[in-house]
Order: sequence, then C-alpha cells, then structure tokens
Amino acid sequence: MFSKLDQIFVVLQHWVAGFVPVSLQPIVLALVGVVGIVVVFPALFALTTVFERKGLGRIQNRLGPNRVGPFGFFQPVADGIKALTKEDVVPFNADHFVHFISPVVLLVAVFMGFAVLPVGRNMQLVDLDAGLLFYFAMGASSELAVFMAGWSSRNKYSLLGAMRAVAQMISYEVILLLSSVAVVMMTGSLSLVKIVEAQSQYTWGLPHWYVFTPWGLLGFILYAIAATAETNRSPFDLPEGESELVAGYFTEYSGFKFAMFFMAEYLAMFSVAGLGATLFFGGWSAPVSALSFVPSWIWFIAKVMVAIFVFIWVRGTLPRLRQDQLMNFAWKFALPLTLLNLMVAGLWRFMNPGVVRWVVCFAILAGAYVLMARVGMKREKFGPRSYRYAE
Amino acid sequence: MNVVFWIFAVITLGGALAAMMLRSLVHSALAVTLAFAGLALMFLELGAQFAGFAQILVYIGAVAILVVFAILLTRSSEETGSGVFSPTWLRGLVIAAAVFAVLGWSILNSASALPGATVTPQVDVKQIGDALMGPYVLPLEIVAVLLTSALIGAVIVAMHEKEGAE
Repeated sequence: MFSKLDQIFVVLQHWVAGFVPVSLQPIVLALVGVVGIVVVFPALFALTTVFERKGLGRIQNRLGPNRVGPFGFFQPVADGIKALTKEDVVPFNADHFVHFISPVVLLVAVFMGFAVLPVGRNMQLVDLDAGLLFYFAMGASSELAVFMAGWSSRNKYSLLGAMRAVAQMISYEVILLLSSVAVVMMTGSLSLVKIVEAQSQYTWGLPHWYVFTPWGLLGFILYAIAATAETNRSPFDLPEGESELVAGYFTEYSGFKFAMFFMAEYLAMFSVAGLGATLFFGGWSAPVSALSFVPSWIWFIAKVMVAIFVFIWVRGTLPRLRQDQLMNFAWKFALPLTLLNLMVAGLWRFMNPGVVRWVVCFAILAGAYVLMARVGMKREKFGPRSYRYAE
Repeated sequence: MNVVFWIFAVITLGGALAAMMLRSLVHSALAVTLAFAGLALMFLELGAQFAGFAQILVYIGAVAILVVFAILLTRSSEETGSGVFSPTWLRGLVIAAAVFAVLGWSILNSASALPGATVTPQVDVKQIGDALMGPYVLPLEIVAVLLTSALIGAVIVAMHEKEGAE
C-alpha cells in the first residue's frame, strides 16, 4: 500500500505514456514530468505567498491577508487575476526586446534547475551524470537575465539593482559551489540521485545525512547563507531593497512580467532549498528508519517547506546588510572557511571512522571559526555595543 | 548531420554574427552569450556533458558577466554613431581566414590520423576526474598556479589605483 503510494506519480507517468505508440513514449514521459514540475511548484509558490504574508504579519504583530476566501487563502488567485489584467507598462526609452525577453530567460533558467532534483524515489526528470554541474550552470545563467532586466529598463534604480544583484550573486556563487563540492568529494559523484542514495542508509535507525558530520554541518550553514544571498532574500535583499532602490532590477516591470519575476524568485527559493535538502539532508529519505514507510516525495516537499519557513522567519527577523558588509563577509570570512571546510572533508575521508575523527575535524573547524571571528572583530575595531536613540 | 546540429549551428553563428553587426555594445555582449550557449549545446549534442555544462557555467555565468560589467563601468555602452565595420576590415578578414584555414586543415588531418574512430567514446565525469588527478595532475597544478598568480596580480593592480586616488 505505502510502496504504491510512494511510486504513485511514476506509475501515473507510465500509465499516461501507455496511450501512445512505443516510439513516442520517451517524449511523452518527459512531457508528463515537465508538466508535473511546471504545475506543482508554481502551485506551491501560490501557497507560499499566503503563508509568507501571514507569517510576516504574525512576526510584525498584525493579521496579514484575511479577506479573500477562508482565512485569506484565495489571495493568490486574486493576485494572479490582478497581475494578468493589469496594463503592461514599458518605459518609452527601454530596450524593448531585451526588456521583454529577460523575465522569460530568468524563469526558464530557474525552471531548468528542477530537472535534476530528485523529488522522490525514481522521481527525477533526468538523472544526469553531471547533475550538480547542470544545476549550477542554470543558476549562473539566471544572473545574466537579472542584468538584462536591469539594464534594458533604462532606469538608474534598475541598473543599480542589477549591478548589486550580479556582484552579490557572483560572490556568493563561489561559496555555494565550494560548499557543495565537499559533498561531491564524499560521494564521489556529481549525480544528485547518487548523492541521495549515499545518504539514505541507517545506523540504529538514524540516517547517514551529511549534515551530521562536522564538515557537513559547516558546509550546510555556509550553503544556507550563500543560498539566501543567491535568491536575493532578506537579509541579502540589497538588489531589491525597497527603501533604497524602489524595487531594484524589476522596478520598470508591471503586470504579468512583474509576476514572472516574483515567481522566479520563489521558484529559485524552492529549487535552492531542494538542492540543500538533497545535498545535506538526504533528499527524499526519511529522518528515522521507522518512518521510511511515508512516501519519499512527502519527505522532500516537507524538507523544502521547512526551509521556506526558515527563509520567511529570517526575513521577518534580520535587518538588511550594507554593501561593504556583504562583500567583506563573502570574501574575507565565508570563502576562507569554505576552503578550510574542503580540506577538512578530505581529512575526514582519509581518517579511520570513530570518535577521534569527529573530535579532530570538529576542533579544526570550530577553532578556525572562533579565530577568524576574533581577528575580524579586532580589525573592525568593534567596541561594546552602544545604542543611540532619537532625541 | 542531423536537424539538431543545424539548429545549434544557426544559433551559434547567428549569435556570433549579431555580436559583430549590432551597434550597441551591450547588445553585442548579449549576442556573444547566445553564441556561447550555442557552443555549449553543441558539446551536449556530442555527448560531452561535462564540457557543455562547464561551458555554460564559465562562459555564460562568468565571462559574459565580466564583459558586460567592463562595458558598463567604462561608460561605453552608448551606441556607436559610425558604421560597425572597422577601417582595417580587409586585414582582419585575411587573418581570420588564415586562422580558420589552419584550424580546418589540422582538424581534417586529425580525422585521417585516427582511423577507425567511428564509435563515440562515452566519457563520464568520473573518468575526467581520474584523468585530471592522475596523468594530467601536473598541467592541472600549473594552470592552478597560473590562475592564482593572475588573480593576485589583478588584485595588486586594483589596489595601486586605489592608493593613487587617495
């Protein structure tokens, strides 16, 4: 019963493909998979917008949307209709072709990332041998789309937002990539399916997730920071900081194009959270072996939604960084720590399993963290914290 | 030669041509990106996954961004008033033709030098990694040192400019 539920979507996909001749079946199989991705994740996006506005409302001590439908849950429908029927304003001086194409490029690049994510057991669109590389290649293409949007609008806020976005995304992409490389070193494969399989073994009912190792823990923390920066989420939302740049690179977009940018941002969050779950939290595997009967795709979606909750929580809690803080943090603190993490991962690989390995690796990483933080604090000449109030 | 090859060829060559012919520098940079993407697709079509994705990651993700930033920061993103052809176009054409002839000649020769290579070799990422860490480890390290020194050099150049401004 449960194993059937686990594979229900795979069975469904093959059932649909059974209606066409054998020669066409690969195409139909791929098409059904694509439709699944294109339907499920935008639906999740619609739900997330409500949850986010309600969650932020809770954090800011207000109610949030509660007018449309029961508890305001039909708000995304209203928003969608509004976006579709709104006038599409294009600035007179804008570069019309680039202005038109950039939201499309961005959305396509973001959607492509989902192709290699294993959403459940046997549930990935393609199992590429270089899956992780494909994911990052698509992530890199989205930077250009952001730049195109900002540049083609012929608006200084847009251009500033785009330059900030690209500078930030390039800096944090290094950290994102290098923190994932540790996982690749340990698995010995770039295929995301193999990475999940390597983690879905259990000892005493507990999984072998990479986050439960010293290098995995630090790698995950760095990955999470870099992922937040890559998706331009608060506290790294300088490219679209409302108080400084109107709306950053998509200031001059209205109507459905604006909705496309909005959607691309949330889809990027889902995919980067999904990749994080795949790399460090065992993808679709259950957190304890006793719960393995629950369908694998439920675990994946649950892990993604927990990550989204943390994204929203952080957004409601932390103030925005300054540009120099952003860059200093990336290059002077996070990058050296990531490189050290890579070396420790190598050390971990060649030491004998046991408590000693754990203690040594953890001590190196914790020591480096404390040392760098102390030195950094000294250099910045941070005194005791003082508060200034308006008089 | 199948249909897919021709589509990718048109994308690549169209992008390259547009990069030459367009008046706005940013447009040219974006057109070059299209040509890069076409090349990456060509690699993928030949079954070279790693090379294809690395092409996208490095050329579209880094080189194109670098080009675009260079254009923006040097304030030359305005459209050029005069024609797009350089006055020395004839010399350029001759040099380009010569380079193309040498490349074409060597490629045609290599086909006869490797007889019987009709089966497409299946190279996976693991094999590339083994090769890089095994027989080719010295070239890899030399390239790494070269790149690091270039990086440090770039930082030093940038630092001197900053000191001069103060």
